[in-house]
Amino acid sequence: MPRPGFVLDVDRSTPPTLFWRGEGFSLEKLPADRSRVIYPAEPLPAIDDVDGAIRHALLHPVDSDPLPALLFPGMKLTIAFDDVSLPLPKMRKPDIRQRVIEAVLDLAAEAGVDDVHIIAALALHRRMHEFELRHAVGDRVYDAFAPRGLLYQHDAEDPAGLAFLGATPQGEEVEINKRAAESDLLVYVNINLVAMDGGWKSTATGLASYRSLRHHHNPATMQASRSFMDQHRSELHKSNWRMGKVMRDHGPKVFQIETTLNTDTFPKGFEFLSRREWEWTMRDRASYLGVKKSLDRTPAKLARKIFHSIEAPHQMTSVQAGEVEAVHRITTEHVFAQQLVEVRGQTDILTMGIPYISPYNVHSILNPILVMCMGLGYYFNMYRGMPLVREGGVVIMTHPCPPDFHPVHHPSYIDFYEQVLSETTDPVRMSTEFEERFATDDWYRHLYRTSYAYHGVHPFYMWYWGSHGLQHVARTIIVGGDPKTVRRLGFTPASTLDDALEIASDVVGRSATITHLHTPPLMVADVS
Amino acid sequence: MARIRNGRPTPLATGGNVARAVRTRTAGEARAAVARGRARLVRAQFPLRAPTVPRTVEVPEDPDELGANFDTEWARRGPAKAVRRLITAGPLAALITVVADPTVIGRDRLDDLRRAEPVAPLIFAPNHHSHLDIGLVIRSIPEPWRSTVTVAAAADYFFDTKLKGTVAALALNALPIDRHEVGRTSSDRIRELIDDGWSLVIFPEGGRSPDGWGQGFKGGAAYLAAKTGVAVVPVFLDGTGAIFGKGMKRPKPGTTTVVFGTPMRPAEGESTRRFAARIEAAVTVLGDEALTDYWTARRRAASGTNPKLSGPDYTGWRRQWALGEHRRSAPAGVRRRQRRRWPDLG
Repeated sequence: MPRPGFVLDVDRSTPPTLFWRGEGFSLEKLPADRSRVIYPAEPLPAIDDVDGAIRHALLHPVDSDPLPALLFPGMKLTIAFDDVSLPLPKMRKPDIRQRVIEAVLDLAAEAGVDDVHIIAALALHRRMHEFELRHAVGDRVYDAFAPRGLLYQHDAEDPAGLAFLGATPQGEEVEINKRAAESDLLVYVNINLVAMDGGWKSTATGLASYRSLRHHHNPATMQASRSFMDQHRSELHKSNWRMGKVMRDHGPKVFQIETTLNTDTFPKGFEFLSRREWEWTMRDRASYLGVKKSLDRTPAKLARKIFHSIEAPHQMTSVQAGEVEAVHRITTEHVFAQQLVEVRGQTDILTMGIPYISPYNVHSILNPILVMCMGLGYYFNMYRGMPLVREGGVVIMTHPCPPDFHPVHHPSYIDFYEQVLSETTDPVRMSTEFEERFATDDWYRHLYRTSYAYHGVHPFYMWYWGSHGLQHVARTIIVGGDPKTVRRLGFTPASTLDDALEIASDVVGRSATITHLHTPPLMVADVS
Repeated sequence: MARIRNGRPTPLATGGNVARAVRTRTAGEARAAVARGRARLVRAQFPLRAPTVPRTVEVPEDPDELGANFDTEWARRGPAKAVRRLITAGPLAALITVVADPTVIGRDRLDDLRRAEPVAPLIFAPNHHSHLDIGLVIRSIPEPWRSTVTVAAAADYFFDTKLKGTVAALALNALPIDRHEVGRTSSDRIRELIDDGWSLVIFPEGGRSPDGWGQGFKGGAAYLAAKTGVAVVPVFLDGTGAIFGKGMKRPKPGTTTVVFGTPMRPAEGESTRRFAARIEAAVTVLGDEALTDYWTARRRAASGTNPKLSGPDYTGWRRQWALGEHRRSAPAGVRRRQRRRWPDLG
């Protein structure tokens, strides 16, 4: 029986705690008697017969007819799937999307459906490389569909490939992929790594255009989302759900398939990263020392390559299909069953080690803007109820934060860093003064459509993602970060964790409480 | 100067003549030695020779140790396993790569079983075109099954002499099986091996294809699966017939494709005959997948229009002609297409 997550009160006998630092990590001693560490739950048991469970979900959906009853000869069927940003790290083969898509195709074949398109729902993310597509959908599906042009990636900047479905009462325009909009049935294949994913966000975001996305990817919506992991208190989700209603009334019939994974995150050799430090065996300690010493001597590029080659042994804990909202309710329960950790009370200082990966730098570089997004956008928002850190508190992250950018994947980030961050770190000012120019820039648009670049507006969205955190905390400190880069982000650099705590004491006093998020594996703090 | 021989002068012996003379003398001595040896052998008596049998005594016949009775137990013990592991990773892998250049598809369909604890044995059921199939399948099967796989091999072909049997048992872990009738001895032995954790490669067609098209599947794999509860993995092999098919004297290197299917188990109350038919249908779909693509194969499977493994019903040259067309029509066939023999007249 896997143990649930728990909160450790740090005392003098507590061993040093693991902190991620990008493509590396360190052990840090937290002050005794005023610190606590939140540990995630152990991985839940996986479903043994994955293919059987998928087939059962398709034949016995929630609030919907079985999938075979929705399929008929001569119909237009579109299968959309989550892109390379999920899951993290990439799961070892076969990817769950491959299994689900093959199960759907089997039923479509039995029903005599000929017209099938498969679309990577990547919104304004970068195009997936062929090897990434093959990893997600499998060689069989790729080889059968891609050469005929029937497996492709959503293009949010193709005027001929988009369809306008209408607007919500709040004036939010709903524009999604034309093929999906004109299909008799849209089957969405989702991976719900965190509670934020899935539901109408899959279709209303994954298959949408900038015209549509700007209505909820903006500072006002992000600041009012408390948090992204709590759908009922997230403006981002409320907007997506309103758009979902427009889709339900004017768009295609959607058959949603959502899957949840357990938190089995690191393969053999890296298990110590998921273990509680006082339970490290001699082998774990040897692995830690060996890996750390090696990484300290490894060039950053090679270390990045090694880390991004890690394939997580994630396993499926649930699969449900049918009507979007009904399915998502069950999915969210499964996600919380795995990830929720009860935490009493807020803290003055929240510490977090930023790892090498985020949804937006798979096989790429975690640049400074993504470091901010991971810290104040994702980890800060890993709560339900109220934020882990009190208003006016301090966030301390550990990351080397070099001013490195992937020139192919993140071209607009480079200009954002040089031109926008040098002027302001205020999300509201950014959105009014700079966003439009980046969003409509022809060169960025060209790179997004024909290369592997994130959309020109994407760095703004990443910054907005952290806007609630920016508004909430009084100071953000990055330990071990490149000082010039950290200052450009509007944060405070510190050499060591002790220095950072000393700096924080200016804001929160000398006896401030400290809470450390021991993640990954992922968790959501249920703060009461 | 000249020497006088028989009253006539002869030229002096040169270097070449001396060498020839030496060779002639040596050959003569060797022949004489062999003749002496043979004469000694002929003269040799018991115990240097086998004993003669008294006419009044009836000697019982030696038990037949060849064919289906060939003892291969030793080939599944430590030293032989170690040698076979070396052979599989070295010469066999090199041979298959050079001669057959395989593309292996569908190993991921075995991933769930591979990650299970403990890993269950499997019965692999490929179609059969060539002796090369055995090596190709062994090389393509993923670990951990590769090192614990035994091959059901025709007793009358692979175990008709001690040398062939020993090589087959050592290199391929072959197990003699009577292909004309699965005797109780053979099936009991295989069941024991599976119970001990050994996986099995069995060719349900019973023999190599005589003409490049497949043959009907017999019930061996289905029967063993039903008796042991082990899953059957349908496997489709393409290309080995063209490389070293039945009747070919030497291999003609080419490319091959190996497609592993989803493991199958007999349904509740399903007869061996019906399960064998399902296995054959699964291999047929894999064959279509190898020559076209996954989606086309699935659609044709749903409508029952996958090209049959056994080919068209007509006979003679049209059947052979159709074989070429069948393979040329596919992407894999395009890769193998040979230069046109007839000019293109438009």
